[in-house]
Amino acid sequence: MEKKKVILKMKNITKTFPGVKALDNVSLELMEGEVHALLGENGAGKSTLIKVLGGIYHADSGEIEINDNKVKINSVQDAERNGVAIIHQELVLVPYMTVAENIFLGRELSKKITVDLKAQEREAQKVLDELGMNIKAGSLVKDLSIAQQQMVEITKAVSAHSKILVMDEPTSSIAEKEVENLFKIMRDLTAHGVGIIYISHKMSELQDICDRVTIMRDGQSVATKVVSETSRDELIALMVGRQLTQYYERDFQKQGEELLRVEALSDGDRVKNVSFKLHKGEIVGFSGLVGAGRSETMAALFGLTKVVSGEIYINGQKTVIRNPKEAMAKGIAFVPENRKEEGLYLIQDVRYNTTIEVLEQFIKNLNVDRKKEESITQRFIDMMRTKTPSQIQTIGNLSGGNQQKVLIGRWLATEPKILILDEPTRGIDVGAKSEIYAIMNELVKNGVSIIMISSELPEIINMSDRIYVMADGEVKGCLDHTEVSQESIMNLAAI
Amino acid sequence: MSEIKKEVSNSAVKRFFSENLGILAALIVLCIFLGVFPGTSQYFVTVKNLFNVLRQISTNLLLACGMTMVIILGGIDLSVGSIIALSGVLAAGCVSRYGMSIPAAFAIGIVIGVVFGLFNGFVISKTTIPPFIVTLATMNISRGLAGVYTGGSPVRVVSKEWQWIGAGYVSGIPVPVIIMVIVFILSVFILNRTKMGRYIYAVGGNPLAARFSGIDVSQVKFVVYTYSGIMAGIAGIILASRMYSGQPTAGEGAEMDAIAAVVVGGTSMAGGSGKLSGTLIGALIIGILNNGLNLMNVNSFWQTVVKGVVILLAVMIDFFRNKNKAK
Repeated sequence: MEKKKVILKMKNITKTFPGVKALDNVSLELMEGEVHALLGENGAGKSTLIKVLGGIYHADSGEIEINDNKVKINSVQDAERNGVAIIHQELVLVPYMTVAENIFLGRELSKKITVDLKAQEREAQKVLDELGMNIKAGSLVKDLSIAQQQMVEITKAVSAHSKILVMDEPTSSIAEKEVENLFKIMRDLTAHGVGIIYISHKMSELQDICDRVTIMRDGQSVATKVVSETSRDELIALMVGRQLTQYYERDFQKQGEELLRVEALSDGDRVKNVSFKLHKGEIVGFSGLVGAGRSETMAALFGLTKVVSGEIYINGQKTVIRNPKEAMAKGIAFVPENRKEEGLYLIQDVRYNTTIEVLEQFIKNLNVDRKKEESITQRFIDMMRTKTPSQIQTIGNLSGGNQQKVLIGRWLATEPKILILDEPTRGIDVGAKSEIYAIMNELVKNGVSIIMISSELPEIINMSDRIYVMADGEVKGCLDHTEVSQESIMNLAAI
Repeated sequence: MSEIKKEVSNSAVKRFFSENLGILAALIVLCIFLGVFPGTSQYFVTVKNLFNVLRQISTNLLLACGMTMVIILGGIDLSVGSIIALSGVLAAGCVSRYGMSIPAAFAIGIVIGVVFGLFNGFVISKTTIPPFIVTLATMNISRGLAGVYTGGSPVRVVSKEWQWIGAGYVSGIPVPVIIMVIVFILSVFILNRTKMGRYIYAVGGNPLAARFSGIDVSQVKFVVYTYSGIMAGIAGIILASRMYSGQPTAGEGAEMDAIAAVVVGGTSMAGGSGKLSGTLIGALIIGILNNGLNLMNVNSFWQTVVKGVVILLAVMIDFFRNKNKAK
């Protein structure tokens, strides 16, 4: 391998927040044409480091060099001027503007005093085509899929001639197939000398796309490795600072009796004739591409959307579920996919977020039994091994993994018989992931039955007794855990 | 057991002080100033003036109790000021035009509030029309109806019994102040000690999550807007009673004063957070400020300017405190 030029050097960056040293002497080097992974648990300091690079935070000390020149990055504009572009996990495009307008937002092409919309659209389309993206520059961003919006962000960076691209978990919300497309474009970019810093929780992606990896832990950069010379186990050990003996914890047991049977469920839109069964003490996985209708099926089952046709049997009894309240009364719990949007009350504390569904257990006749409220909360903090300084910590300040644990705890408080988990480990770190797997294993041993929707193949393969694969609103097949493989799932999932 | 209770109540008191530190300090400074300032000191610290202030803020605090819930819910209720007028003129009309008994007339005044509250709640919970627009419409409808009914002139009622609810006393305490205290305590109980109270915070904080939690979002909205309407109905008869008449212009701008008390009290317009203790202090600050400026003979135009500045200051203090906290 020829010696490549170093385009970015971050040296001994330190950043302190009141009470926390978020970054402690962190150093990072990015070479021309390199994809450099940044790996670490939540709270390890990855986002803080990126925000320093992007001009959102000021480092207390340390230096940044770009192309061997020392630079000061004190604002987002500074970062852009130095060719740094950051693609955030939450996309920041303006929904009611066209793709072209978004790409040129803040640096509009002008015709005297008016914006030259035609030239913008022409230019944008040129770049889009060069990158092989099947997107029209004139379409509104709100009409694009998440994956396409991401492509627009990348195009925006490319058209601004950014040489350093940071991608914060770009694959967390797009489907397997779209990931390949993303990787293709990334390889294209690196071939043109762009350096990419790639943040991800998914180990499997490192082998596919990354050259080197820097591991962060507790605000420090622990090591930088060449991906092809390291192993998954070594990386996990570096990240968590301990050896994880068993990542996926699952004791498969003999199937219990049938608990739930859904027959030919349709919502008149995205769910078409879906049938499946769930047995007592079983984990049933739902796999498929994004938009396959998995979440929509569960929403219909949970009474969030209308069921147009089809039947639901619980314990062999035909049941009608018209709203979430009725679903809860039947012992169903639903932990939604987007925990911030659909699950959490971010400005409220851990206690409020834990107990909101079981208020009747401690609020009676204008009397709030605070002790009971605290003991319920504590029970689920302990059970989920949630790390929080106190029960009255605002939940928005916890890490993603701990937020997810509180959310699952909230639903466990309702003592469900059927627990639906929609992407239960999305965007959370490996330590918390493995803990959630252990808890799922524990729950099914105690007779709870779990339906898990997951887009992460290794997770769904290792945790499920059976896997239903959906595509285009229909169940395409059901695979037993003894016969399942990534290939067999993808074969069914591809439309 | 009693020790635990004490601990809880201690922490509640502590919380009250720590949460409202900024505005509480402002209130105290204001009171001390008016207490020692030569022009006002001899009048300000008298029982008579104290009750005077409390009576003046009573209707505003009533509205603000409902408004606090509405704003925590992430909404707004612009109709309350106009409902005051309609409730007042109809109650007065029932007595002077139809010869109904006074308690029945008061009941009808409150029913007007209930009806408009139910209507607001119905439309807001069943459609996605923004509360601002729905209540803007009902604000105009009720103000207009009050004008239509009266032809623009006050409906007089001259009777001692009529005046009791707005200007009467029970063992030396003004009746509206007693009503205010009862309603305030009731509202605190609803917001802090019932499931409905927590649901209000949930729906305001994250309506989608509330739906996933099996909370009947429509029902919560329905209840809260109706409550706000009832508050306006009660405020309407109190004002009509105090002014010996139902006036079609009564309560003009009252919705804004209520919103001001809520906002000065630290409740966020974004919804999901806020507390009635803050609203109480907010209403007191605005009320005492008015009282003090009156005692100092400041003209009413300047008073309005000062009110505006105080609202801005209060919200800015809040902004900077939150900013520091976020750091």
